[in-house]
This record gives sequence, C-alpha cells and structure tokens, in this order.
Amino acid sequence: MSEPQACPDCLRRSLLLAHLAPYIEKVATGTPGSRSPELLRLSNEDLAEGVAPKIAAQVLAQVAAVPEGRLLAGLAAAQCWACCRHDRRFPVGLHDAADAPWALIGRGDPALLDRLDPDGTVTVVGARRASTYGREVARELGRELTAAGLLVTSGLAFGIDACAHRGALEAGSTVAVLGCGADVAYPASHRSLWRRICEQGLVLSELPPGTGAWRWAFPARNRIMAALAGMTVVVEAAQRSGSLITADLAADLGRDLGAVPGPVNSRASAGTNDLLAGGACLVRGAQDVLDAMLGPGVRKAERVGSPLDPALLGVLAAVERGEETCDAVAAELDLGGGDAASALATLEALGYVTCSLVGVYSRTLLAVPGV
Amino acid sequence: MVSVLATTQTFTLDGIAARPVRVEVDVHRGLPAFSVVGLPDMAVREARERVRAALVNCGFDFPLRRIVANLAPASLRKAGPGLDLAIAAALLTASGQLDLGRLPKLAMVGELALDGSVRPVPGVLAIAEAARERGVEAIVVPAENGPEAALAGEIGVICLENVAQLSALSAGDWMPERPQPMSLRLSAAGDGPDLADLRGQRHLRYALEVAAAGGHSLLMVGPPGAGKSLAASRLPSILPPLAAPEALEVARIASACGRLGEERAGGRPFRAPHHTVSPAGLVGGGNPPNPGEATLAHRGVLFLDELCEFRRDTLEALRAPLETGSVAIARAGAWRQLPCRFMLVAAANPCPCGRGEADPECSCAPLAVRRYQARLSGALADRIDVLAAIRQPSAEEIGGPPGEPSAAVRTRVGIARELQEHRLGSGRCNASMTPGEVRECALDEGAASLLADSYARRRLSGRAHDRVLRLARTVADLAKAETIGRDQMAQALQLRRRDQE
Repeated sequence: MSEPQACPDCLRRSLLLAHLAPYIEKVATGTPGSRSPELLRLSNEDLAEGVAPKIAAQVLAQVAAVPEGRLLAGLAAAQCWACCRHDRRFPVGLHDAADAPWALIGRGDPALLDRLDPDGTVTVVGARRASTYGREVARELGRELTAAGLLVTSGLAFGIDACAHRGALEAGSTVAVLGCGADVAYPASHRSLWRRICEQGLVLSELPPGTGAWRWAFPARNRIMAALAGMTVVVEAAQRSGSLITADLAADLGRDLGAVPGPVNSRASAGTNDLLAGGACLVRGAQDVLDAMLGPGVRKAERVGSPLDPALLGVLAAVERGEETCDAVAAELDLGGGDAASALATLEALGYVTCSLVGVYSRTLLAVPGV
Repeated sequence: MVSVLATTQTFTLDGIAARPVRVEVDVHRGLPAFSVVGLPDMAVREARERVRAALVNCGFDFPLRRIVANLAPASLRKAGPGLDLAIAAALLTASGQLDLGRLPKLAMVGELALDGSVRPVPGVLAIAEAARERGVEAIVVPAENGPEAALAGEIGVICLENVAQLSALSAGDWMPERPQPMSLRLSAAGDGPDLADLRGQRHLRYALEVAAAGGHSLLMVGPPGAGKSLAASRLPSILPPLAAPEALEVARIASACGRLGEERAGGRPFRAPHHTVSPAGLVGGGNPPNPGEATLAHRGVLFLDELCEFRRDTLEALRAPLETGSVAIARAGAWRQLPCRFMLVAAANPCPCGRGEADPECSCAPLAVRRYQARLSGALADRIDVLAAIRQPSAEEIGGPPGEPSAAVRTRVGIARELQEHRLGSGRCNASMTPGEVRECALDEGAASLLADSYARRRLSGRAHDRVLRLARTVADLAKAETIGRDQMAQALQLRRRDQE
C-alpha cells in the first residue's frame, strides 16, 4: 500500500487556516461555533478577504511562497503525515461534504485511513460534563462497536469522547479528530490517552502540526467527524450542547443519527431526549447501532470486556472450571491468598465475575476480547 | 461496759470495680442477737451464721450480747461473701479479743468457712488496687488470692489461711511474707493453640492475618468442619501481646468474674458464647448489673459461631458496644459502664443445611437459603469488615504439612500494628479510623481508579467505601507500604464483606 500523499496546494490551505486562525476566531465567535463550517467552505482568497481584509494579500502571498520541502519537513518533524483530497486514500465520506477539509494531517497508523469508510465508521460524541451513566454507556459502546468490527471516531474531549476512545482502545483501535494540530495533546490532561491513540489508532486534524486550540476549530472538527462516519451517536447532551452541532451536521449530510436515551428529568440528557423525539435512532446499546448501520440482525454485538493479562485469564479459567471461592482458586493455581484475592477483585471490577453474599464467585456473560 | 464499737475497712465488688465499705460492729447489752444492716444481699446476711460458727470453731468467744453490724455507706448495695472476714475482725475487736491498733492501716476481704478457714473471693485484684488508691497500707486476703493481690503493686499483702491467725497477727507474733505476684503473660503466648494446626486454607489464613493486623471484624462462611472454629480459636495467638497496663485490665476483669485462675492470666481472652446466649449474657445485665461475654472478651476475641442462629435482639445489643468499645447498662437504681473493646469474629454456614447451594447434596429450598443469608446482612453484620469464604480442605491439604506457625504471622501483624500506632496514636488500629482519617490515606493512581471504578460500577455504599479504604490501609501496612497500591486495593475489595444485592 502506498503512503498517503498530499499535494502542496492542499497543504498550503492548512497553513493558511493556521495563519488566519485568530481572525477566523474573531468572525466566528459572534454566534458560538455555528459559523466556522460555513466560513471553511470559502476558497482561499474569499476566506482571507472575508476574515482579514487588511492583510489578506500579504498572508496569501506568504503562504504561497512556502516551498513544498518545508511543508513536508514540518510534518516529518512532528511525526505526522498528510493525505489530501486528491489522494486515492482520502476518506470517501469527506467527498460528500461541500465544506470538507482539503487535506488531513495524521499521526498514527495510516492503514486506518482505508477503514474510514462511512459504512464501517461510527462517531460517538457527547457532553464534556458527563454523568457516570453517560461515561459508562460511552465506554461500553466504544468497546463493543470496536469489537464488532466498526471503527469508532470521536474528538478526544473530556467526558463522553474520552470514554468512547478508552472503550474502543480496550477492544482495538480508534480515530480521534482534533481541533488543534495532530501533534498537540489537547486537553493536556488527556496526553496519555492521546499518546495511546497515536500508538494504537489514528489522530487526525485539518490544521498543520503545532497549531493551538481555537474555539472555532471545534465546530469545524465536528463537521469532519460527522462526514467520516455513517452514523453519529450522541450519548449524552444537554440542550444547546456542542455535540448537538455534530448531530445537525450529520443530519445535513444525510447520515444516520442516533441518541442514547436518558432520564426525562435529567438536564444532562435533555438534548439527546430531544433528538429522539425528533426522530433520531434509539440507541440502547451496540446492537442498536449495528442494526441501524448494517441492517437488522446482520451482526451480533457480543458483550465484551477489557483485555486480560495471562495471570488473570488463568484465574478466570479457574472460576469457569467451578472453583467458587477465593480459597479454592488459590489452592488450584498455587497462588498466595493475597494474590488470588487481588486477581478476583480485579476480575470483579472489570465485570467478569460476581461475588455472592457468602463469598461465592460466578462467571458473568461478559466475553473476553480475543478469546 | 454498755456498748463497744469497732470498725474495719473492706471493699465490695460493683460490676468490675471495687467500692469501699466500712464495717461497724456494735456490741451492747440486751437479748443475744446478731443483725447485719446496710443494704446487704442474701450472701452478706448469711455471713452471721458463717461468722458465728467460724469464731467458735477457732476457739474465740462469740459474745452473747446484742450485736449490730452496719455496712457503710448504707446506700451502696453489698454483695457476695467477701465481707465475712471484715465482719469477724470487727466483731472480735469490739468484744475485746483482738487489737488491730498496732498494725498498719488494714483492709480485709475473705469468705469464712464454718471451720474458720478463709476461702478465696472474686475481684481481689480490683479490691487491692482500690485499697492502694485509698491509702490502705496492707490488705488481708485469703491465701489463694495472695498472688493476685500482689499484682496491685505498692501495698502490703497479708495472706490468711485461717481466722485464728488474726490473733497471732495482732499480737505481732506472726507476719506472713508478701506473696510473689502472679506472672502476667506479657510475652506472646507460646502454649496456646497454634495457627500451624490450620492446614491449607491460604485465603482464610490471609484473611485472619489482615483482620488481626488492622483489628477488623471478620465473618467466616463455609461448610461445617472446614476449620472455622479452629481458625477463630487461633486468632489470639497471632495478635500482638498485651502491654502491661492492658494485661492488668484483662486480669482485673477476669478476677472480678472469678475466672482468673482458669485462664491464661493477662493473655488475650477468647470467648465463644453459645448461640442461645441472652442479650444480658452477651453484653452484661441483671440487677445489679454484671459483666457479660463482651466485657470478658475485652482486648481479646469474641467468637460468635453459627451467627445466623443467634437471636436477633442479642446481636442488636452488640451493635453499640462494638462502635464505642464500652457498654453502658442502666437498671433501676444502678448504672454501670463496662469496657468491651474486643475483636469480633463470626462464623456461619452458607445455607441452613451447611453444605452450600452448589453442593448437589444441599436440600435447602431457595427461599430458605435467601432467608438464611438475609440474616448475614442485618445491623450487626453491617459492622463486619472482612468476609472469608472457605471450603472443605482437600485430602492433600488435610494430610499435608502443618501451616505457618503463629509466631511468624504474629511478627508481621506486630509490625503492621506498630505502623498504625505510629500514624494514629497509641493503642489505635486501622479499624478505628474516623472518616476524616480514612480520607487522609494516600492512594496511588491505580488504587484510586480501581476504587472509583468499583464505586461507580458496583455501587459501593459510602460506608462500604470507607470500610474498603480501612482494609486497604491494613493490607498496605502488612506490606510496609506508605501509599496504598493497586494490588493492595484489589485485595481489600476482595476481602470486604458483601452487602445483600
């Protein structure tokens, strides 16, 4: 498979956006968020003229003068690569959008580009301030959809996004679309998650490496997520939440839209409940998403847990063989009392076993990934 | 001589404390009679007959006059036969047969036999200590109680075998040597049952060690004959030895209950009341109030075998004492506070037949099992920290080599306890941490996320959350770790008692 390619003009478009970022911010922040995707439909000249009429000519000339070698060197220095709309490997979903980015800067595994097909990709988004319920659902959706062979994309934000990524990483890989440069871990507290995705999945952005986080860039990033996926699932959102922008953008593109129901008296779920009332697909779990995307009953979602190391697998196997108590497990596997206790507690926390009132362990239905 | 008055000092036992009693005997002209006044109980009233026979049989004269013995203060209820000796001595003084004036300031306790010999009485240790505090210079005690009284320290102890020795004593012809004090078991018990007898059962051993290290209460669930009682009875042997003041406290309670001879003096007590015990028998009661099993188990282990068979009200009565470490008993006219800081260990079968539901032989109806197990989540069970589920050991384990001996386990427990005392203050352990202290326990990242995860997923209650933290702190202390690690947190989560779902 050939390396992803990008032509200099498309790369220069990214550079132009980075240069104009402060001006776009000023124009786009009037009505928070919603205008940046519209601005990004404009051609280079119209955009520059629109947001920064005084320096438009100067910036355009400056960007046009950057040699291709320097563009590529910048990418390489940040361990990134690029793929533009003229490349065969450019995600097909983006061709449907009039405001699609010209080029995507990626960091991580380029092979995942070929799996970024709307038929096999789900975007899972939701509020940054999420409830425990929302986080748990997001994580389970991420994990089970990935285990069922779909590619889960999200935006690496706090709350739902991060949980969806974490769940997906537990079962395979995931794609994060950022509103800053692909080499910038934003928010900073998600640095370790960002690094894991770089190693195990793919991080994408339309901005050149090193670009910071601008407010307008997040709705802009949402339009990419909406276009990449065949279905967008909103896990938890209040009314006027940013994740509803992604939902609107997806609906505009004619993509499927799903929402996870929440309590009717919960402010945190008011937005998703509104989406459901407006005709969004009801998502109670991974199976509903699979049915909506692939057709009813085509693929079965299996309840899959987190991956286990060999020691834990051994303990789990002992429980499956009918060793019911911690003591029996310790004797069977010749473990110390403390080691067996620690392993069983870990398995219990992960949901693989349950413990009764009298300390008897039993296996749950949760399947181990890869077994 | 119209009337002669004499007084002696003695003590009566009030629960486990000794109260001073002054015996005043008045002998005056009138029809021969002998009466005892001043709120005496039956045993004290019967002292008249014992004193009369003892004096006559030892060659003293019993004055044929009107004799009144008054026990002051009159409002205090006097109980037991321990006042016999003091009444006899006062009577002899009043009738001019004895002169104690040349002796140091004395107090005396002892029961008289009809032949004049002095019999042992309960509570001599507490009495001797009370006497010392009141400035009494020497205490006259039955010979058998001598070593016990000598424990009280700075006070003379005069052992009496016979009431006739009183005259030799007063004449200055005879003064017995101060007896050697009874030796308290301050080093670790070496001759009690040893944990090495528990073969196999690693998890149970581990749970015992954690429970002992942090002073956590423990529930063992398993089929009959799996070793629950055996394990519980070995628990005192892995607890660190008592400090001298604690040992004295234990000896005082045992002495007051008349049990000092039969148990290891000053060793950690192990009490295993039968499940038919009444609430008063367990926490103390009666009128006047007497100490119960909980007080007898002070600084030791209270083992409730067949927890589900205990009466509900009996177990309920144990709740407050478990939290406060003392039991307050109020009866009409009497109010007492007794110490009872014990470690609770309970055992139960997994179902009424004892085999456990998974056993094909188990004949219990599912509803019966549910009802039975529901008793494991009552108000008392809520105070239990550690659950150890045990099973019948296999043939290889039963026939295998003995387990690790108590001494090795006790060393580890001792180190963990020292760390706790260093952190919390003397005499404290992790089980007694306040919610504020629990929050101060340092967790590493893995432990914190595991706890948060379990809290969110398993719906741990707030109380269970703190209980797990206390347990985790103990597991970390056993590993000599400053910060609670992920593995230690996992072990604590596994060890914790489960709530009914």
